[in-house]
Amino acid sequence: MSQQAANGVPCRGKVLTLDNMNPNVRRVEYAVRGAIVQRAGQIEKELKEGVKKPFTEVIKANIGDAHAMGQKPISFLRQVLALCSYPELLEDNKFPEDAKHRARRILEACGGHSIGAYSASQGIECVRQDVARYIEKRDGGIPSNPDNIYLSTGASDAIVTMLKLLVCGEGRDRTGVMISIPQYPLYSAALADLGAVQISYYLDEDKCWSLDVAELKRAVDAARQHCNPRVLCIINPGNPTGQVQSRQCIEDVIRFAKEEHLFLMADEVYQDNVYAEGCKFHSFKKVLFEMGPAYSSTVEMASFHSTSKCYMGECGFRGGYMEVINMDPEVKAQLTKLVSVRLCPPVPGQALLDLVVNPPQPDEPSYNTFMKERTAVLAALAEKARLTEQIFNEVPGVTCNPVQGAMYTFPRIALPQKAIDKAKEEGQVPDMFYCMRLLEEEGICLVPGSGFGQREGTFHFRMTILPPTEKLKIVLQKISDFHVRFTQEFS
Amino acid sequence: MNVLQEIIPNVKNMKQLQNLVLARRASQIKEELRQSEFSNLCFKFTCSQRVRKPFKEVINVSWGDAHKTGMKPLSFVQQVLAACLYPQLVNSDRLPVGVRQRAQSLLKGCDGGSVGSYTATRGISERVHRVSEFITRRDGGAPSYPENIFISPGSQWNILNVLVNSEASHRTGVLTPVPCYSIALMSIRGLGAVTVPYNLNEEQGWELQVEELHRALESAKGVCNPVALYVINPGNPAGYVQSRKSIQEVIQFVSEKRLFLLADEVYQDCVHGENSEFVSYKRVLAEMGPPLSDTVELASFHSASKGFMGECGLRGGYVELVNLDLAVMKYIYKLFSTDACAPVLGQFALDMMMKPPQPGDPSYPLYSMETQHIRTTLVHNVKRVLEVVNNLPGFCCQPVKGVFAFPRLHLPPKAIQKAKEMGMQPDAFYCMRLLEEAGVIVSPGCDYGQKEGTHHIRFYIMTPEDTMEEVLRRLSSFHTQFMKDFS
Repeated sequence: MSQQAANGVPCRGKVLTLDNMNPNVRRVEYAVRGAIVQRAGQIEKELKEGVKKPFTEVIKANIGDAHAMGQKPISFLRQVLALCSYPELLEDNKFPEDAKHRARRILEACGGHSIGAYSASQGIECVRQDVARYIEKRDGGIPSNPDNIYLSTGASDAIVTMLKLLVCGEGRDRTGVMISIPQYPLYSAALADLGAVQISYYLDEDKCWSLDVAELKRAVDAARQHCNPRVLCIINPGNPTGQVQSRQCIEDVIRFAKEEHLFLMADEVYQDNVYAEGCKFHSFKKVLFEMGPAYSSTVEMASFHSTSKCYMGECGFRGGYMEVINMDPEVKAQLTKLVSVRLCPPVPGQALLDLVVNPPQPDEPSYNTFMKERTAVLAALAEKARLTEQIFNEVPGVTCNPVQGAMYTFPRIALPQKAIDKAKEEGQVPDMFYCMRLLEEEGICLVPGSGFGQREGTFHFRMTILPPTEKLKIVLQKISDFHVRFTQEFS
Repeated sequence: MNVLQEIIPNVKNMKQLQNLVLARRASQIKEELRQSEFSNLCFKFTCSQRVRKPFKEVINVSWGDAHKTGMKPLSFVQQVLAACLYPQLVNSDRLPVGVRQRAQSLLKGCDGGSVGSYTATRGISERVHRVSEFITRRDGGAPSYPENIFISPGSQWNILNVLVNSEASHRTGVLTPVPCYSIALMSIRGLGAVTVPYNLNEEQGWELQVEELHRALESAKGVCNPVALYVINPGNPAGYVQSRKSIQEVIQFVSEKRLFLLADEVYQDCVHGENSEFVSYKRVLAEMGPPLSDTVELASFHSASKGFMGECGLRGGYVELVNLDLAVMKYIYKLFSTDACAPVLGQFALDMMMKPPQPGDPSYPLYSMETQHIRTTLVHNVKRVLEVVNNLPGFCCQPVKGVFAFPRLHLPPKAIQKAKEMGMQPDAFYCMRLLEEAGVIVSPGCDYGQKEGTHHIRFYIMTPEDTMEEVLRRLSSFHTQFMKDFS
């Protein structure tokens, strides 16, 4: 059946073709799992089959997956989840009391006391309550209503759901969505899929990828000529750039959103990943409320968080949530209806989220181990962020902004004209050509900057800072050496 | 003025399910019961305007969720997942050796040996292979290729997305059965497509008659552009299993009319009873030979949420795509890649469903005992349901070959009138009264679509035997009273 092409049966008789399929889907690109990653997978297969290469393993520094790079799960989280999965372990005295207490509480809230049962579409109620309490604590007491919390399958699910709700209109009234350049390509993919208009605003590479309201204004004014701008997406801390927005900047963005009548989407999944001195995570919600009722009762916003990043790195659970602020009650009813179509988010992910927002307290038995493990993970990331910036900036032709937060570095690379020309010959964008060569020569998989967006004429790549420190040093060295070689070859 | 006042009409057009309305009311009742129990304990006589309920707890049989109704999860699955979550258990002898072996084998397929890593877009390669092996075995050797399989929760949405062309001059249409799984209807409409209903024949055990498909297709002329046919086998909400002949007719029909075939087969493991054997659309297609077997484009769906495992909360399912254009497949892959990957525990649950413990495995005796118990319970419940429901006047139930009963209600005109006055569909009204007066939640037929003028309820029968007895007891008593009240 899939061999039919090999059998020479003509494809023009197909019912579903490129011509009649959803044209929006044809515009979807997602570089993080794109062509270079597929080639990396092929190479891995070849290595397994014994094919000789100049390297013995492929290092997948393309995706923000901490555990894949050797980061260990946090013991407490896994203990509680194991207890939830097989409740007979609650009799086992090898598990600490605080873990058992939380497991019992979660199971109590599950249908039939099983994490295998469907939950309510919006998420298990007691988890939403715990998330609301966590947000209140994080934001200095600003109230959070559990009814405004929607648990989701990773933050991505919630982001796409919100966009589904927001994108409408035809022609010049078509919804425009503002997204940064560079951006995490889930956004551009979702906008393509929904047929929304992408309104790009440039982050300032020379100023450490900071966001400038003047640039937002330029972008939205230009966009008003051909679409209806309704949404502004911010990723803070940033992906791929890692910048952590200052409090002033966040205030400016909120003011801008109010003036331009935009719905704010604040992607804050890296909120615990802040490394640089002088940088601090400020939640959009907190800043909004501290700006007073003129803003806090009018600006419409959704904030997103996830269990895939921070110190947990539990990508495989697909846990996350969004908090919606100032949403029209009728629209909220539609949102609630929309999420019911995917039934419910994975329950283990909901349970995990509950633990993340409800971690061991100082007076509990697991506290010390938990804090030790958490601190170690974040400290290691901070060290790797610093190391990465230092080493890359020593390479002529590579300019690396400080990795203030998140999990990635997005250095600019100078490419010789000859290389650019060669890439064109081969039908590839220059930074893809560069990254493919790096993959073939060193077995290191990065994502070219073109997958995230960049200023015309500039080239970048995104690399994760997740490999263990010793391995990271080797990777950084190899990339540095490759860059020098590459530059020489095409000079 | 709110930014969000003008929202996408597709979402607005999705019908609110009565099931959700009932669920909200049930939550309130549960709270009332909890409070009145509390005040009883305190010997306080609260001055309550609330009518005391004649029941102590609400029984929910409206979801297709075995764990929720009290069926015990399979020990093997629970234990393996626990060991995968907390690998220290793999080395201890707290868990049986068969469990530990399986957990070890599953963890090997994970990057970093952790269930917390992302996986490949289609799913962990070894898990995807397991699915294709299962399919090949199930279908008597008809080959299944891993590159045609995606493990994913909610994969129907992605496939529908590719089929719906909002830029075409006519709206995309999808033929859907009446009655139909409500989420499928919502998904189709949510994408801006139109559902084109074809009626299943209730009097003939919900038979799918191909003449009806022709009629439905004809009715779509000028209204929309039908691109696909959605079939559910075994049925939901109606409990039928399609015959091989019927499946062949459907395949001939889609080939002739150039439609994409969407086969929802998630209940394939729940079939029981005489003369009811599940055979997959893929198998029948393969056995019909070329040219059909090489040309009919098919998406088959299955899930770990149903069957004996009933692991709904883990969100593990798959779609197998057959005979699709390779260029289109590339875009489908991209679409799935934006979802990252299916939850790892869901992939594991699927793996265990595709390859459960075998005779000779140390885990087999317990697994076999537990699944046998589930089977026995199901058969027993079906018998009891048919006995009770078919003996109640005004109730009539077709043979049940799956896990849902979808009996027809012959409501008295006075009840229909009262429902109308209250602005409710008659069967939704019946269900609300059943909840208020008997503390049982079932789903009304209006959520699924039904022939004009007919009314039904749907309830799940995969429950512990004593729960089903209690449901039937309350239902009988309520129904008798209801029919009397409205005679």
